[in-house]
Amino acid sequence: MHVPILKQGDYLIATIQSVLSDADLLQLRDDLADRVGQFRSRGVIIDATVLDVIDSFATRTLRGIAHMLKLRGAETVIAGIQPDVAFAMVQLGLTLEGVGTALDLEEGLVFLNTKSKRAGSLVARTGGALPPSPPKVHHPTPIQRGSRRPK
Amino acid sequence: MSALNDEICVPIKSAADIVVARQKGRALAVQMGFSGSDPTVIAAAISEVARNIVNHAVQGEVILSGIHESSRLGIQVVARDEGPGIADIEQAMQYGYSSGKGMGVGLPGAKWLMDEFDIKSHVGKGTRVTMRKWVH
Repeated sequence: MHVPILKQGDYLIATIQSVLSDADLLQLRDDLADRVGQFRSRGVIIDATVLDVIDSFATRTLRGIAHMLKLRGAETVIAGIQPDVAFAMVQLGLTLEGVGTALDLEEGLVFLNTKSKRAGSLVARTGGALPPSPPKVHHPTPIQRGSRRPK
Repeated sequence: MSALNDEICVPIKSAADIVVARQKGRALAVQMGFSGSDPTVIAAAISEVARNIVNHAVQGEVILSGIHESSRLGIQVVARDEGPGIADIEQAMQYGYSSGKGMGVGLPGAKWLMDEFDIKSHVGKGTRVTMRKWVH
């Protein structure tokens, strides 16, 4: 089954809708490689929540997708791997080394935001255009005793 | 040990059949009383042995059956093909060894996932993998 890919700002979100055959996974890889270039995306989330099994082929393909997109300048995060699917992967000795993972879509977005923020600050540092920003000093507002007590 | 119900035979002719085999295996596992992560673990093992058929023998079949022995219930998965066979089974069962396609994870990985695993192969005749898992 075809995996729809949505554009969300700088990111692409591919939500897997049903179990995937090998051909579907390879199609997803090709589609993502295209779209990342088309939309100049910085990050990709693959929502794998509905995957029934992630076997050796799926692992290799997901890892391949992440490494390929990295070469195209985008960070990939695989979100939503179910606990029993993860358990079977571990028993098979399969890892997604070098690939970002997240509990769900929301955490996946947080992951990408953190990554791209870091990449942004790297540009600022190496580009030399911006002086390093002074460390933010937090001035806590003094609490006035008793002022917020319910009457 | 005896079979409980009619066996389910899934012909494996292309990669798409791998999904069919593991889905039927999962359904049978649930029916046999497997719970928690076991149905997924069984489905993953079926996926690997079915993939082995597609990668090396082009076509074959996966036969699923519910089994019982004294008081315990289980599932049996037989994956057989009439492909080229495996000359060196010991080598094929080494984790990370691959004859070309794949990661060399399939057969040894499937063995880890199941309780019993047996592989018989004759060069030029084909390969037969028999695996069982019991409801604990």
